[in-house]
Amino acid sequence: MSERDRIIRKGAAPKGRSLWSDGFRRLRRRKLAMISFAIVITYMVFTGFIYVTELFDCQFELTKWDAKVGDEYEPPSSENIFGTDFLGRSVLRKALYGVKVSITVAFWASVISLVIGVPLGAAAGYFRGFVDEIIVWLYTTLSSIPYILLILAFALVLKGKAISLEWAGLGTYELAGITTVYLAIGLTSWVGICRLIRGEVIKHKEREYVLAAKSYGCSSRRIIFRHLMPNVFHLIIISFSLRFVSFIQAEVILSFLGLGEKNYPSWGAMIDTARLDLPKGYWWEMTAATVAIFLISLALNIFGDALRDSLDPKLRVQ
Amino acid sequence: MTTYIIRRLLYTIPIVFGVLLVTFVLFSLVGGDVTDQIAGRAASIETREEIRKEYGWDKPLFLSWDSQFFNHLKNAVTFNFGRSWSDRELIIDKIKRGAGPSLSLTIPMFLGTLIISISLSLVVAFLRGTIIDVLVVLLCVAGMSIPFLSFILFGQYFLAFKWGLFPVFFSPDLSTAQYVALPVLIGIVTGLGSNLRFYRTVMLDEMRSDYVRTAFAKGLGPARVLFKHVLKNAMIPIITQVVLAIPFLFLGSLLLERFFGIPGLGYLMIEAIGARDFQVISAMTYIGAILFVIFNLITDICYSIVDPRITFE
Repeated sequence: MSERDRIIRKGAAPKGRSLWSDGFRRLRRRKLAMISFAIVITYMVFTGFIYVTELFDCQFELTKWDAKVGDEYEPPSSENIFGTDFLGRSVLRKALYGVKVSITVAFWASVISLVIGVPLGAAAGYFRGFVDEIIVWLYTTLSSIPYILLILAFALVLKGKAISLEWAGLGTYELAGITTVYLAIGLTSWVGICRLIRGEVIKHKEREYVLAAKSYGCSSRRIIFRHLMPNVFHLIIISFSLRFVSFIQAEVILSFLGLGEKNYPSWGAMIDTARLDLPKGYWWEMTAATVAIFLISLALNIFGDALRDSLDPKLRVQ
Repeated sequence: MTTYIIRRLLYTIPIVFGVLLVTFVLFSLVGGDVTDQIAGRAASIETREEIRKEYGWDKPLFLSWDSQFFNHLKNAVTFNFGRSWSDRELIIDKIKRGAGPSLSLTIPMFLGTLIISISLSLVVAFLRGTIIDVLVVLLCVAGMSIPFLSFILFGQYFLAFKWGLFPVFFSPDLSTAQYVALPVLIGIVTGLGSNLRFYRTVMLDEMRSDYVRTAFAKGLGPARVLFKHVLKNAMIPIITQVVLAIPFLFLGSLLLERFFGIPGLGYLMIEAIGARDFQVISAMTYIGAILFVIFNLITDICYSIVDPRITFE
C-alpha cells in the first residue's frame, strides 16, 4: 500500500504536487538522465571556472592552453592524454578551452532567440489579427530559407562589422570571433520557439483562468507575462534543452568554415587543423574534439528527452 | 481544390517578397558596397566607378524606380543574378553546372536513408519494449550526437585513405558511381539516427490503433500488417518529411562536397564564403527559398491525395 493510499484511507485529502516537483521526482528516478545532467553541469561549471580564472588572472595548469608541454605531434601518453599538436601544445587543454567557446555561444544564442522568439510568439498568439499576420509572415519567410544558408549568410555578413552603441553610451563594438557566431545563430533560430509559443498561447487564451484575469481588468502585458508565461514555461525549457545541441553543432561547423573564433582554440578550429593532420596519421586532435562534442551532445540529448517525458503531461501516458 | 491552389499561390507572393527583402537587407544594406574588395587597393578611381556602376551601388537604395532594391527584385524574378565577383562567370551558369553533381550525391543519399530508416522503424516499432528496441534507440541517440564532421573525416580516412576501398577525392576520370559511393555511404549513416528515431515515433503512434489489432486478430502476418496497413496510414508524416527535404537536395551537401572535392553547389557555396562572394550566396539563398516554397505547396496538395478526409476550407 502506497503512502498516498494510506492517506486517502485515513480520510485526509492527498496533498497535490506541482508540475515542477512532480517532474523532478520522475526525472530523479532515471539514472541515465541524472548522469547526463551531471555531465552537462560539469561542462557549465568548467566554463564558469575558465571565466573566473580569466577575470582574476589566475593561472592553472589546465587552463593554460597555449603553453608548450612537449615536442610537436607527440602521441597520447600518460602525461598528455590526447597528445600534443603541431606547436607542442596539449590537445587536452585545447579541447577543454573549447568547452568555454561552445557553451558561451550556445548560451548567448539561446538568450537571443528567447528574447526575440518568446515575446513575438506570445504577442502573435494573444492579439491575433494584424499583429499575428505580420509575425507569421516574418517567421514563415525566415523558415523558407534553408537554415544552413541563412546562418552562413548572417555569419558572413556580420563578420567584421562594427556596431555603434553610442546612443547607449557604450561606444562602438566590433563584431569578431564568437560574437558573430552567436549573433548569427541567435538571430536565425528564434523561429521554432516563436511558433511553439504562439500555438500554446492560442490554446491557453480561451481557458477560464485567462478569462478570469481579463474580467479582473488585468492589462494584456500582465496576462501574458504573469498568467500565460508560467503555463507555457516548461515547454520553453524542454525545447531549449534539445536545441542547445544544435547550437553547439552549428558553432562547430561555423568555426570549422573559418567564420568563428580565430585566436582561441575551439572544437571547430581543432577539426579544421586535424583535417590536414589526419592523413599523416596524427589522429589524436580529431579524436579529442570528437569526444568533447560527443559527450555534451549525448548528455543533452538524453537529458532533454527525459525532461520532456517528465514535464510534458500529454506524453506521459504512453 | 482549384481555388485552394490559387489562394496558396497568392500566399507565396508575400513570402517570396520577404525572402528578397531579407537577402537585400543582409547583402546590400549590411554587407554593402564592396568595391574595394573587388578592385583591390591599387585600382584607379575610374575602375572603381565602373564596378560601382555594374553592380548598381551608385543608385539610391529604396525610393526610386531605378533603386537598388527594385533592381534586386527584378533580377531575382527573372533569375538574372549577374556575374560572380571572383571569376566574372555568370552566376546562373555556375549554379546550373553545380546542380548535376550535387543531385547525383544527394538523391541516392536521401533515398537510401529514407528506405532504410522506414523499414527499420517498422521492425523496431513492432519489437517495441524489447531489448532490441531499447538498443536501437540508444544507438540512434549516440549516432545523432557524433558530429557530422567526425563522420566525414574518420570515414574518409579509414575507408578511403587507409583501406583503399573507395577513391579519396573526386577526379574527372572517375565514373559518378565511383566518386559518389563513399560520401553517400557516410551521408546515410549520419542521417540514420535522427530519421530512424522520428519514424519510430510515427510508427508507434500507428501501432496503437484499433485497425492494427484487428489485422493481427484476423490472422495476418506481421510483414503484411506492417508494410501494407501501418505504412499506408503513416503516409502523412512521411510525405511531409520527404517533400520538404527535396529542396535541400538541390543545394547539395556543403561539408561532404568540400571534403570529397565534388564540384557541386555545396562546393560553390564554400568557395563563395572563402571569397566573400555575396552575389553567389544571395542567389543560392533565393533559389533555396523558392524551391522550399514550391515544395511546401506540393506537400499540401499531396495531403489531399493521400488522405481524402483533408479538405481545404
